[in-house]
Amino acid sequence: MSIFLAIVIGVAFGATLDRIGATSPNWIIRMLSLRNLHLMKTILLAIGTGSILMFAGQMIGVVDVMHMSVKSAYAGVFIGGLMLGAGWAASGYCPGTGVCAAASGRKDGWFFIAGGLLGAAAYMVTYPSWKASGLLDNLAGGKVTLGTVPGAKYDGLMALSGDILGIVLGVVFVIVAFALPERLNGAGPAPVAAE
Amino acid sequence: MPLNWKTGGVLLGFVFFLAVLLVKPIGVSTQFVILDAMVADAVNPSLITQTDDGAYTSTNAYLAKSGGKYAKNAANPLNYSFVFVLAMMAGAFLSAMARGGVTKDERRLPAVWYANYGDTPMKRYMVALLGGFIVVYGARLAGGCTSGHMMSGMMQTSLSGYIFAAGAFAAAVPVAMMMYKKEA
Repeated sequence: MSIFLAIVIGVAFGATLDRIGATSPNWIIRMLSLRNLHLMKTILLAIGTGSILMFAGQMIGVVDVMHMSVKSAYAGVFIGGLMLGAGWAASGYCPGTGVCAAASGRKDGWFFIAGGLLGAAAYMVTYPSWKASGLLDNLAGGKVTLGTVPGAKYDGLMALSGDILGIVLGVVFVIVAFALPERLNGAGPAPVAAE
Repeated sequence: MPLNWKTGGVLLGFVFFLAVLLVKPIGVSTQFVILDAMVADAVNPSLITQTDDGAYTSTNAYLAKSGGKYAKNAANPLNYSFVFVLAMMAGAFLSAMARGGVTKDERRLPAVWYANYGDTPMKRYMVALLGGFIVVYGARLAGGCTSGHMMSGMMQTSLSGYIFAAGAFAAAVPVAMMMYKKEA
């Protein structure tokens, strides 16, 4: 059953990434260079939609709170984020969109995957030094959510009701998606080269 | 042309919701480690071992961490998260085919690269290789990538998701502006 769900949800995710333009380096770089924020608006709306549905689902008891999986906060999250961001902008791919781009026939996507496998291997080898450096030590309680989600195995940073805060923040993401202009950098209509 | 952002955003949000409703939040970058571990264990079978009580462990500290969960997944390739990534690839392939496929020029070299660096595919492939290295190294250091930390994380209001997104955009925006001065 779990393999069946992996196939159904995986196929849906890959197909959606293809249809929103996320597997194209052109659209990723238009977004990151702030010349065309179409993909940014898509992503913000997706986070908002997902958040509202998930927390509302938890409140009415449809979504199992135990399905939440919150990652630890530590200094390395920010450093790793900086690294990922630099490589994301240079290549136009992140791990998920890179594998999808390769599958859709983009040659550079296969080079990205090869680089990714080498990067993962390098991390496996250098992990003990990061661990010893203390940069992987939890900050602010580690696996925490911003509010306190009822029934969750994670602590809240604030005593606020976590599910209501989740819905409120979800609505904020949706509002920002609508409010964001088409472009922030440069003049004229946002670029949309034919592909 | 991609889907209108309103349609695309709701669709993508629904997929993230479906994942958490039925199984668990979406994540991708761990599977690069799992594939590496599968290959390494095939070459050197003493990398991943099973103890008498059935638990998995590894001589590699990263694979052995958190009770050997990475070692376990690498030893059992038919697990949810690994099949998920293979299915993503199939989904992207089918979707691209259904809309007529990615053009021949794009498959060889993306338009934005051509506009900035001309017809230099080898240079592009090397940048993609190096980019992939930094992206996945950074994702493993951070404990997740754009899917797991940024999308799934911020959707769950997790503090780490916000820290990750701040780092990723702080680096990505200036690098994209410096490397790709000409728009396409």
